Amino acid sequence: MQGQEEYKVQLDVFEGPLDLLLYLIKRDEIDIYDIPIETITSQYMQYLQIMKMLDLNIAGEFLVMAATLMMIKSRMLLPVEERPDMEEEEDPRWDLVRQLVEYKKFKDAATHLGDLEIIQENIFIREGHHVELGPEPEKALEDVSIFDLISAFNEALKKIDKEEDLTEIFAERYTVADKIDSINETLRTRGKVTLRELVQGMVHRYEMVCTFLALLELIRLRRLRAMQADSFSDIELVPYEE
Amino acid sequence: MDTPMTDVHVIPELKQIIGSLLFAARQPMTVQDIKKVLKDTAESADEPEVKAIGDFKPRDIEQALKDLDADLRDRHTGLHVGEVANGYRIQNDASCGRWLRTMLDKGRTNRLTKPSLETLAIIAYRQPCTRSEIEAVRGVSVDQVVRNLVDLQLVKVVGRSDMPGRPWLFGTTQKFLEYFGLRDLKDLPGIDELRRIEMERKKTEAEAAVESEEEAQESDAEEIAAEVNDTEAAETEDTSLPDGPEGEDADGDDEDVFDDDEDEDDDDEEYDDEDEFDDDEFDEDEDDEDEDDRER
Repeated sequence: MQGQEEYKVQLDVFEGPLDLLLYLIKRDEIDIYDIPIETITSQYMQYLQIMKMLDLNIAGEFLVMAATLMMIKSRMLLPVEERPDMEEEEDPRWDLVRQLVEYKKFKDAATHLGDLEIIQENIFIREGHHVELGPEPEKALEDVSIFDLISAFNEALKKIDKEEDLTEIFAERYTVADKIDSINETLRTRGKVTLRELVQGMVHRYEMVCTFLALLELIRLRRLRAMQADSFSDIELVPYEE
Repeated sequence: MDTPMTDVHVIPELKQIIGSLLFAARQPMTVQDIKKVLKDTAESADEPEVKAIGDFKPRDIEQALKDLDADLRDRHTGLHVGEVANGYRIQNDASCGRWLRTMLDKGRTNRLTKPSLETLAIIAYRQPCTRSEIEAVRGVSVDQVVRNLVDLQLVKVVGRSDMPGRPWLFGTTQKFLEYFGLRDLKDLPGIDELRRIEMERKKTEAEAAVESEEEAQESDAEEIAAEVNDTEAAETEDTSLPDGPEGEDADGDDEDVFDDDEDEDDDDEEYDDEDEFDDDEFDEDEDDEDEDDRER
């Protein structure tokens, strides 16, 4: 292998730990008022691990939340003392749930604003005047969220045989730059491809990491778009059209 | 073809006059604006009927506006009367938007990202609020997002908090209302509910602040706690979880951000002075002066 410089993918993730938790809650249809803390903590940690693996630029608050979840989990394992006079024996999940519920309401409000935005896009006054925003900077992930991509990545990783890890030391022939070229080529010849098809047949974890990093970079550079028909369905990759 | 529409001497209905005014207006017109035009025209006219039109009350004008709107919609004209932040205007039906976009040669628009919309929502409902208050809801830093919203002129600095460090306070702009087609902040859905959770949170924050070790913070926080305790005495204590999506609205809250109706869209005059601010990113825009002029 030539001493190639590591391709640094510069994707800023603006979502925070609450976004991830709400994502997981929605996806698994969890009752927000009765969160299975053990399950959600392990899933959360899984996602955190992947984000680190992909070297995503995530907020420090993700780690703080990880610690918080651990703490809640351990407090829930403590025996509940019977104190009828003290009704202040709060559920250790309480604060977190309140935070999540409040945030969710604002997310709903934000969705409503988004709807209004779309309506207003189509309303003009005489002579075509119209309130428009200027060009917006980084608008990488328009269609699917970072968590959807991570979910897909997670799924793909699970399919890889664990034993192959040993061979990785010898098999580092994949680079992000190469994968960028190969994805472009695939799109050029096939028009579009699903994420599933793209990673089909890959056996090396490292190859998959390179592929995903290449994908994120291409999305950021607006060379391709990742789209989903509905939430949590298959992700499709298409070339970017103006 | 000499129809009443092209005959100059026919005395039109109030509704027709208003339709004409809105058609030709350069910016939205308020009921007051319309009334002024009616009066001015009446003064310089000889015909008694024209003079009589100057006597129409705001109530009549409002009714005429409603009638005009109903007519435009019922006849599927593609137009209707819209009510926006600073008045009434004639605008197209949203469903016809894409043809307009074609004609006006407007390409694909830039829409706001989810994090931007969420941050915007928080500011809109909780204004005036500091960055850390926003971050408390989102659970993550909002620095870059807020700067972007300021650049887009959807959000602006409206003052400084009295809290230690004197952080900036943010609020939404006139452009924000126009961009989303809102008449005023009260048009935001579920506004009472999201404000109510605010009261509970202020209580929690006050308690947390009191436990802090720093002496300076303690005296400030005690004041807040006292304030919150006073307002709490006025409402019924509710320690249960916030309501789910189908929750009830809050009863009248005092001491609240939105009680000062007059202040919602106004610029604080004191803060127009650019010299006060060190931070270049938050210079007041020139457009703010225009906003002042357009308000009554």
